[in-house]
This record gives sequence, C-alpha cells and structure tokens, in this order.
Amino acid sequence: MATADGTSAIAVQNLVKRYPKSKTNAVDGVSFEVQRGEIFGLLGPNGAGKTTTIGVLTTAIVPTEGSASIMDADVARDPIAIKQRIAVVPQQSNLDRSLKVREILTFHAAYHGVPRKTREALADQLLNELGLGERKNEKVNRYSGGMAQRLMIARALMHAPDVLFLDEPTNNLDPQSRLFLWERIRSLNSNGLTILLTTHDMDEADRLCARIAIMDQGKILVDDTPAQLKKMIPGGTSLEVRAFAPPSENGAAAARVTTALETTPGVSKVEAMTDEKDAEPGSLTYRVYSESTNGLIGPAAQAVFAAGAQVRDLSVKQPSLEEVFIFLTGRHLR
Amino acid sequence: MADTTLPLSEIHASRSNSRASLAIGAFLAILRRDLTVTGREFVPFLLQALMQPLFFLFIFGKVLPGIGLAAGNFAALMLPGIVALTGMIAAMQGVTLPLVLDLGFAREIDDRLLSPLPVWWVALEKVVFGSMRGSVAASVIFPLGYLILGSGFEVRTDRIGILIGMVILTGLVGSCVGLLMGTIIKPEHISLMFTLIFTPLLFTGCTYYPWGALFRIKWFQILVLLNPLTYCSEGLRFSMVPPLRGRDFPTLPLPWILLALCTSVIVLFLLGRSTFRKRVVT
Repeated sequence: MATADGTSAIAVQNLVKRYPKSKTNAVDGVSFEVQRGEIFGLLGPNGAGKTTTIGVLTTAIVPTEGSASIMDADVARDPIAIKQRIAVVPQQSNLDRSLKVREILTFHAAYHGVPRKTREALADQLLNELGLGERKNEKVNRYSGGMAQRLMIARALMHAPDVLFLDEPTNNLDPQSRLFLWERIRSLNSNGLTILLTTHDMDEADRLCARIAIMDQGKILVDDTPAQLKKMIPGGTSLEVRAFAPPSENGAAAARVTTALETTPGVSKVEAMTDEKDAEPGSLTYRVYSESTNGLIGPAAQAVFAAGAQVRDLSVKQPSLEEVFIFLTGRHLR
Repeated sequence: MADTTLPLSEIHASRSNSRASLAIGAFLAILRRDLTVTGREFVPFLLQALMQPLFFLFIFGKVLPGIGLAAGNFAALMLPGIVALTGMIAAMQGVTLPLVLDLGFAREIDDRLLSPLPVWWVALEKVVFGSMRGSVAASVIFPLGYLILGSGFEVRTDRIGILIGMVILTGLVGSCVGLLMGTIIKPEHISLMFTLIFTPLLFTGCTYYPWGALFRIKWFQILVLLNPLTYCSEGLRFSMVPPLRGRDFPTLPLPWILLALCTSVIVLFLLGRSTFRKRVVT
C-alpha cells in the first residue's frame, strides 16, 4: 500500500495476528507508516507485539488480518521481492556457526545473488569498518556478544537492503558496544537506509528514532516524534510519591491518599502505580502530574500525611519517554 | 569512524533478474554452503558414516562365515544391504540432526529462509544435499567391502546403470525420511527418537536378509514391505548379486521396487515440506 507520493518504506494497515490456540491477538489492529530514510522505533514492554509485527514484515509470520507492504511490495503476496529489499538483525545470534566469519558474509551475499568479486571486496570492507578484520577467519563460537551483534549487522548490509530491521539491537550489550552500535545505526541511516527498530529501552528510542510508536498489548497507543510524545505529559513534569500504610488498612488508605493528592492545588492528574513487584506490603506509589512541581512537594507530603499514611520518598521526574509510557499505561516498561 | 559506502549499483544489479533465476541462484549458493561445510569435515563425516558398516562387513562377511555360522555366499547377499543401510543413514543424518537443532533453538537456518527463494526450496535443498551425502557414503562401501571381504567380494557389473540409480534413490529416500523426522522431532527428544525410529527401520529393512527368504515368516515378510529401506536393499541386491549357476538371485521385481521408492520419495517429501513450512512460517 503505497502513499500517494510513493515515499513510504513500510506501510502497515489494520494488522492482526492471532496465534493458534491463543485467546488474544498478539498484534491487535496495528497501523503505521515509515517514511523512506527514517529511523522508526517500536517501543513497548516484552509481549507488546513488537517482535510479532517484525515477524510479519519479514515474512516469517503470516498475518491473520490486515496488510503490510515494504517498498511497495506486499508482504504476503510477494515474499521474494520483500526478502531482496530487507535485512533482519534478530535479538539472539543466529549466525552460521559452521562457517568462518568472513564466509558468513560472503555466503549471505551469494544467497542474494551478489556477484563474487563484489561480495568478496564488500566483506573485507565491512569487517574492517566494524573492527572485525583481524578475526575474520575464526568461527563465531569465540565471539563476544558485541562482536556477534556487529557481525550480524555486517551480514545484513551485504546485500544492500532498503530497509533494516533491528530487533532489540542493544539488549544485553555492554555500554561501550551500545554506544558503538548507536553511532553505526545513525551513520547507516544518514546514508539513506530506512531502519525499523524495536526496543524497550527508552533512552535508546529517544536517541535514535525520528518517530516512535508506543506499543502495549498488541496495540499502538501513540505514534509521534519523541519531542511531541514528551509534550503529552501535562505540565511536562511529575512527582513520584512513595508512601506507606499498614497492610491491614492498605486498600482504604490508598483511596484516601489518591483523593487527598487529587485535591491538592495545582495537581492535574494522579496515577496509582500498580506494578511495583518488589514493593514491601503496605507500600503505595503514585505519579502526581502538575503544571509545575515547584512548591508541590510540601503540599503533596501533607496530603499523604493527612490521609493517614507515612511519606517514604518524594522525587521529581523529568520528561522522558519512560514517563510517557507510565502516563499512558500506569505501568513501568519492564 | 568510516562511513559505510556500499557499491549499491553492483549489488542491486541482481534485483533486475527474474524471480526464477534469483531463486535458483540462492538454491545453488545454499547447496554450495552445505557442500563447503561437509567438505571441510570430510574425514569425520566418513568416520561417522563408515564405522558401523566396517564392523558389520567384518563380523558378518568375514568372521561368521569363517567360523561356519553363516553360508559362504552370505557376504554377497549382505553387501547390498550394507550399501543401502549406509546410504540411508548418511542421508538421514545429514538432514535430521541439523534441522532439529536449527528449528529447535539455533535458528542458523534463518539466514537461508530470508534468501530470495520460496521457503520450501530450503527444504528441497536439504533433500538434495542429503541424497548427495548418502550416495557418497554408499559408494565408499564398495572399496571398503573389497578390502575387507577379499575373495568374498562379488558384485555383478552388467547392471551398473541400475546400481547407480538405486544408490541415488536410496539417498533420496533417506533424506526425505530425514526431512520429515527433522521437522517433527523436538531437540529434547532427539536421542529417544533415534532409538525409536532408527532401530526398527534398520532391522526391518531387509538389510541382513533377502526378502524372498522371509516366506517362512509370512507376517514379517508383509510387514517389512512398509519400510522403504526394504526396497533399497532389494533393488541393490537386484543390481549387485551375481547369478548363481546361471540363475539371477530372486529379489522383489524391479518395477515394484522403483514404484515403491518413487512413491515413498514423493509422499515423504510432500509431508516433510508441509511440516517444514509449519515450523518456519507461523
């Protein structure tokens, strides 16, 4: 499904995927469009439907309903055309362990019909650029996670795809490898490659993506630029309030604290956090949204106290995508 | 950091190729990958394929006749069975094991599934590769048999064309069985399934006894007809066992053998293709 001006790299319409024997849809009516040359992020917790969406776009999963196209080719009807135009870097290494590092690249290119001379030269070039040139005749067994990740990116580039899919690209990487990878991703994008990445790392999405779709429970909640998304939080900032009430009267106390915070002057919204897994019994956590958190700390503490609970901690949260997600769902990302 | 500049025009030149030539190119490259890997491990491959037949030939072809527990021509009757068995197992192993591991957790096959060819061609490549592997292993039995059996090595040479065809068919059947097994078995069950499937397959495949001699145990003679290996063994017996006193050794009739083997290959491949698809596309 191309847009009128033909500039969309990926177009997804009303995509639904329900796995056999499952009662709910893994992807539940998702639509979005990625422009050519854009870095687009699918952000959401584990199980949000990100990997399933990528699976459909990369021909590994057949959609139950809806349609998707990449560079104007339909995913379900023309998988061969799709496979020529895309490359996938998965979450976990699927590198061919029977081959030597350099062969992994040259064979990949051969599968895609790249002529021998071109693929040999390109393999050497990419290995050197990614800092793997010295160890190109080893097998991958002895590669670290970061090196394997780089090698998978090199492999993905061997047939010069139009669209690159990165599924949780920096998950499990050390900080240094992560920075290296971010820089690579930006540099590839500046050369015109369209990139779709999934992540549950807010920071990563914020740094890399021109646009982000926040996914939760199979649906896209919002789809906008990081700057616009952050503007969704009323007033831009929020206060996190941690309180404690004896477990015996916890339920009643929680309701009283909510009411007390809501009626505090200047507060626009109060959200009771529901997913504090490691919290001790009796602890209560709230997000208090306001035009400004200046002068709110005192009144908020008083409100908690007046409702019969103790204050444990108060902290000001700066606008971030993490906050946007919490604002939208009342839950933390992880 | 240097920016990656890809030779786009050279790489994208292949995009104008037709779908068919792209897919054939990908198929051949994947086959070349398997051959490269096997070629590099050729000695371990031969050891794996030949250890068992080596001892079978020695014990059944040399020791048992030597101590009078088997008739003199037993070696000539058993050699075709060993060829069939070796070809079948080598073909199966070349397909089943990598598939079980790949589909179970390693997912190394993903790169091939993302190549520009229909997904089921990846299964077809496995079968082609497996039968090449099986045919090579089966062929090596001939020099091995010659060395071990000495004067007991008797193979007629006037049916060499049929012999070559039977070796290839044996590899094909073996790799189709391997495809089906490889796409059904889960990694945690692999050793159990090898016992549950391999052992009955080996012993009901007319490898150590000619089919005709089973007439005394009629129910068993009928039962073994369900095993494709029976037709491989009998077909190889037909093309290898020298005539005795001017009379051909009695085997299953060749047309029936060919019919059964071709049917097995087609049915097993179609089944394996569909189970393969279910494992790689959800």
